[in-house]
Amino acid sequence: MALRRSVLTLIGSKKASLRVCGAKHFSTQTEPKEDDKRKTHFGFETVNEDEKTKKVHQVFETVADKYDLMNDVMSLGVHRVWKDIFMMRLAPTPGTKLLDMAGGTGDISFRYLNYLKNKDLSASDKPSSVTVCDINQHMLDVGKARAERQGYSKEPSVHMEWLCADAERLPLADDTYSAYTVSFGIRNCTRVDKVLEEAYRVLQPGGRFLCLEFSQLPNSTMQWMYDQYSFQMIPVMGQLIAGQWKPYKYLVESIRQFPDQEKFKSMIEEAGFRQVTYENLTFGICAIHSGFKL
Amino acid sequence: MQRCSSIRRFSSSSKKLCFREELKNNYIPTNFLQKTVLTVGSAAVALMEPHRGDMIACLGEVTGEMSLKYMREKLLGSSEGAEILKEMPRINSKTVCFKTLSEMPERTLGRVYADFMRDNNITADSRLPVQFIADPELGYVMQRYREVHDLVHATLFMKTTMLGEVTVKWVEGIQTKLPMCIGGGIWGAARLRPKHRQLYLKYYLPWAIKTGNSAQFLQAIYFEKRWDQNIDDFHKEMNIVPLTKV
Repeated sequence: MALRRSVLTLIGSKKASLRVCGAKHFSTQTEPKEDDKRKTHFGFETVNEDEKTKKVHQVFETVADKYDLMNDVMSLGVHRVWKDIFMMRLAPTPGTKLLDMAGGTGDISFRYLNYLKNKDLSASDKPSSVTVCDINQHMLDVGKARAERQGYSKEPSVHMEWLCADAERLPLADDTYSAYTVSFGIRNCTRVDKVLEEAYRVLQPGGRFLCLEFSQLPNSTMQWMYDQYSFQMIPVMGQLIAGQWKPYKYLVESIRQFPDQEKFKSMIEEAGFRQVTYENLTFGICAIHSGFKL
Repeated sequence: MQRCSSIRRFSSSSKKLCFREELKNNYIPTNFLQKTVLTVGSAAVALMEPHRGDMIACLGEVTGEMSLKYMREKLLGSSEGAEILKEMPRINSKTVCFKTLSEMPERTLGRVYADFMRDNNITADSRLPVQFIADPELGYVMQRYREVHDLVHATLFMKTTMLGEVTVKWVEGIQTKLPMCIGGGIWGAARLRPKHRQLYLKYYLPWAIKTGNSAQFLQAIYFEKRWDQNIDDFHKEMNIVPLTKV
């Protein structure tokens, strides 16, 4: 029985939990039941919460090697612009201690290093640092290899470290970081509310939370066009480039399951952040949410 | 499935159930637009990166529906073929004991197959599961085609070099009518080095066309029941004349 379950998990399908359109619910709204395990969504499937972590882990184990290539293909390179804008919004100053959550392959951290270098803020005597944190070691390994190849590991003015940890349970002290970023990672977490609570905890007073994540398009015609592209083409591209269909189908579905801009804003406020704002990018395909620990 | 895995080897009807369930679990529905993009894309990737066996597999599935129906009809046309379709036997290291085959007398089909796998350093477990075909019988015909491909190589005495692969693709293409085989035969030949291309044009291609047309339908051969058959008798029965090196 256990063997069957792991085989079914590996091939990413469960006969019992077929796609249930309209059964979208957010993990923070699930009420604990006496007998049943807490349920949540995995794309359009319904799974137990402890299963979701494993299944998401499986997805990223599978996609890690082709992650960056697939991002370029799926977004036609635009994700680079989104991340550039994201770092411009963060506008780090010397002495920043950044925690880049779900930082895996290093896209945000490398931009952070470049930003500080370009502003020649490295000349200042205040040392800056970044902790690249991800639940998936394979993704971190890809990031480390990229850092080596692109020369970031030898950067003297910014201390860089890599940490494998769960965003819902960070092995870090309170009030440690001045900035917390999470880019295209939070929607994969099982308990988004817990992630936000942890983010609040590890930030220093005055610290900033900045999140880049896929969101909903306000224009319903554009949302429909985006849906067609996502559901029709992205898994096909996953099959051709990475030899994998199901992880990309999950990624596309998980975007639809994530709360919209306003709902996510209230969740951030519920965690204690203030001055919470958001900015849409590319018609709302993604959004940058910002909040402060005040 | 638990019942299936424990008595799989002893009951042929549960083998069939296993395959149907496996096919259903792996099935990914695709529409015409997606099949078109997959066709063009997988052909392009297969040409650019020949090591991507999964792209050949994908191409075969999305373009093969009509050919698979043809193959199914041909299987039902012989008693041996009909038996294969009914029993849905699988070929992998769990269903075939390669150790036993390698100890069989020389010049038997089983021994020739085991030696071929060893000499070319390949395993019977590398065949990808079918993903884009819904009909269980057609899905099985595709899976069977993949799993007997090495046997076709072995019995035709064709190595797994590019030259050997292209030759086998021609024979398979003529017999199965799978577009992926026909395409593979043509495009694969374009990648041959000059020396091999000469051999191909002078000897291998004419032989492949003759063999493909005159040999028995190899997909309808229940190889697993013929392990102890002498290879020369097998060739006579199948109307195969091995290519002798000049």
